[in-house]
Amino acid sequence: MLDRLQKTAFDSLAKSTNPRTGLVADRSLDNSHASIAVVGFALSAYVVGVERGWMSREEAVRRTLVTLRFFWQSDQTGSTEATGFKGFYFHFLDMETGKRARECELSIIDTAILIAGILTSAAYFTGSTPLETELRQLADDLYRRVDWGWAEAGGSAVVHGWRPNHGFMTYGWEGYSEALVLYVLGLGSPTHRLKSQSFNAWTMTYQWENLYGQDFLYAGPLFIHQLSHAWIDLRGLQDDFMREKGSDYFENSRRATIVQREYARRNPLNFRGYAQDCWGLSAGDGPNGRPSIYAGRHQTLYGYAARGVPYGPDDGTLAGSAALNSLVFALDIALPVVRTLYDRGRLETGTTVLAGGFNASVVDSEGEPWISAGSFGFDQGLVVLSLENFRSGLLWKLTCDIPYIRAGLSRAGFKGGWLSRRARSP
Amino acid sequence: MTTTEAALLAGPFQDTGDNELIANVRPPEWRNPTPQNPYHLLIIGAGPAGLVAARTAARLGAKVALIERDRLGGDSLHYASVPTKTLIRTSRNYADMRGASSFGSRAPADIPVDFALAMDRVRRIRTQISRANSASRLVEMGIDLFFGEACFLGPAAVDVAGVTLSFRKAMIATGSRPKEVDIPGLPECGFIHPKEGFNLSALPKSVLVVGGGPAGCEAAQMMARLGVRTIIAMSEPLFLPGEERDAAYTVSEALARDGVEIHLNTRATAARMDGASKAVDLANGGDIRTVTVDVVFVGTGRAPNIDGLGLEAAGVVATAENGIQVDDFLRTTNPRIYAAGDVCLEQKFTTTADASGRLVVRNALFPGRRRMSSLIVPWCTYTDPEIAHVGLYVRQARERRIPVKTFTVPMHDVDRALADGEESGFVKIHVREGSDKILGATIVARHAGEMINEISLAVAAGIGLRKLAQVVRAYPTQAEAIGIAADNYNKTRLTPARHWLLRKWLHR
Repeated sequence: MLDRLQKTAFDSLAKSTNPRTGLVADRSLDNSHASIAVVGFALSAYVVGVERGWMSREEAVRRTLVTLRFFWQSDQTGSTEATGFKGFYFHFLDMETGKRARECELSIIDTAILIAGILTSAAYFTGSTPLETELRQLADDLYRRVDWGWAEAGGSAVVHGWRPNHGFMTYGWEGYSEALVLYVLGLGSPTHRLKSQSFNAWTMTYQWENLYGQDFLYAGPLFIHQLSHAWIDLRGLQDDFMREKGSDYFENSRRATIVQREYARRNPLNFRGYAQDCWGLSAGDGPNGRPSIYAGRHQTLYGYAARGVPYGPDDGTLAGSAALNSLVFALDIALPVVRTLYDRGRLETGTTVLAGGFNASVVDSEGEPWISAGSFGFDQGLVVLSLENFRSGLLWKLTCDIPYIRAGLSRAGFKGGWLSRRARSP
Repeated sequence: MTTTEAALLAGPFQDTGDNELIANVRPPEWRNPTPQNPYHLLIIGAGPAGLVAARTAARLGAKVALIERDRLGGDSLHYASVPTKTLIRTSRNYADMRGASSFGSRAPADIPVDFALAMDRVRRIRTQISRANSASRLVEMGIDLFFGEACFLGPAAVDVAGVTLSFRKAMIATGSRPKEVDIPGLPECGFIHPKEGFNLSALPKSVLVVGGGPAGCEAAQMMARLGVRTIIAMSEPLFLPGEERDAAYTVSEALARDGVEIHLNTRATAARMDGASKAVDLANGGDIRTVTVDVVFVGTGRAPNIDGLGLEAAGVVATAENGIQVDDFLRTTNPRIYAAGDVCLEQKFTTTADASGRLVVRNALFPGRRRMSSLIVPWCTYTDPEIAHVGLYVRQARERRIPVKTFTVPMHDVDRALADGEESGFVKIHVREGSDKILGATIVARHAGEMINEISLAVAAGIGLRKLAQVVRAYPTQAEAIGIAADNYNKTRLTPARHWLLRKWLHR
């Protein structure tokens, strides 16, 4: 089942690629723009594809090189039609031209995801062929070009983004979020490093909570607890905060998963389908439309949103991929959800679990539950990577060998786990 | 203020039905008493801080002069706490009627808003509350009450209405007023501070609320619930800056549910008249959109009232931004003179004003050395659900390097909240990690303002979560959430070693 799901997710990414730019579509609908985060997932997924025999090494190298060459040669002027600025890239790009799309922001976190994918490729393709050598060189150049320190905008913490003509967005990262990978990459840079205070400023906003019987670093949506782990093996690694709490980010994600189950058990808004074995409030697609009466109240529908527990937003929409990505953290409680969802869905087996989202409380005229029409590259990518880590730990092993990631973790104050073992061994 | 606003505003004195209120707060035939110099305590400003200090000092036997330039009760009685909370209650009622189905009842087919009826109630209740601190009551308490502008003549003397009063100790409690607005064109177009807005005599069709602090959020929700098309623009990414993000998020959700059009990360950059309406430009990261509304409320903070007091003559240092400079004992740069309330404090709430007024009496008249920083003062934003807070925020604790852990109980885990259909919100109690010492708490619940008092009591009395777990609470009540948090603390004390011991004992 897992192999089939992982392969389906992989295929969906692999076929959404533009052969000239290497860009990958944000979602599986026609005319979708590319998302740079999805490109990052795809680059790492190619590595998985080679290992699993789903893609030849040559094909993976070819695709990766097309992508890296595109980014290296892309317009970095930061104009409204550029591809990037200061080594960062706009969140959404035109699939054909690679120019900024949807008047989006220059995205710091999505660039970090792209760079994580790029560095993983370089760590895997270690052959001495001219192509693999070029791939590694480009990857290094692209990483070194990112001016992480600029994204601190003169303050003490990293901002979310920047827009041409408007400058930096006014808000930064508040509270625990998926930004850990961003800070590790930013702190690891040999060229344009973040200040270490920047990481401290961010962790200063953390909240350690006892909720539903679990002590954990709180964040509502499940993907926040999953994203950075797609690349970095955080088992046993502790920064100052986790040392104080006697925990680590991996264990924290396990507890966050239990909190999800506890929320679904309680089902405070009485949505259909929520149960001990059916949960997954995370970023994902959901129904749109006017508020409707549900369980006696006016229920707002949020469309694409980052849903979370226990404060919501919650409109009855779950993301099956969130449960799949939980297998690596909490197999015992996540597997029953995956099984439940795998057998569900009106089209074919596996549809529901890989869909962008589903909502059993919103039904069509035939009484069928709402299910997202397309699939999202972000979800598929995270599924490929987290399942691979669950099955083989491949991405984790690769990133352990990346000196920038080791340096970034050390500068953020991480110790323990593989990091200390590596430090001790020559 | 334009004539439009003037017509919309109906202050207490324009209201012929409020004779009793006027008699209570500013008797028309009033004659100032003959001064009995020097006074033990001379107080400038008869708002919440001034009134409580005057009453307390007089009860303790001090010779007290109380000077008020306008009317007794301050903004709290006339514009802020009392009228807002009264009108918010009415708006809540309309919201409950519209949402009747979620309480298992049928909503009336038509729910017309009768604003005149609502304002009648506001005036009635304001008058009722004004009785407690009426001019005649104050006189009966032995307070010398002077109406007029006060101005220091020197370090120990004040002029009021041409008469010189001298004092041993004085307290300045002149309060604050809405800050000047720096939106080009808006002063010419006219605008209302939310606290004045609660004195509207007729409902506008549409309003723009600029600013998403407590006053702005309360006003926006209230107006929307009264059926007014309401837009709110907030320059920050979340409402209520400084509050916990989950609390701010809950308010955001609540406003959206009530139909408020929310514009976060948005500044009002310019305003102009468009016929009888006002066109205001809202900028979000460079994208400009124009909204056209009848009335603009501006809720972007308050400025201390320090003008015309002759502070320099008294040797009292003050700035236009931060007000009168005081130390932790609320003493100004003139050791005879103290200050209390909005004129000197960062937290501009009636609660803080009251607490600081009492503290000044103690420190000024007696050998008290009470510190303002040692007071446990909760505050509450009266949106629905309410946001109440006391003590430290997690962030403040972490910045002070205090290891902090939060016990969180969502209101959906509280039986009474479910029964009441009021399960939106949470109780978060922050303790020092490894102990049960309460550092602070945030409560988001429909009656959070009532619930926070139990935590304030615990903090003031030095009671920890362990003790709170022993308190038996009436069931079902919403305050049970605090008991659940305390129980959850107790559960964390059951370490594996203790568990083993207990099992040994039970199976002996």
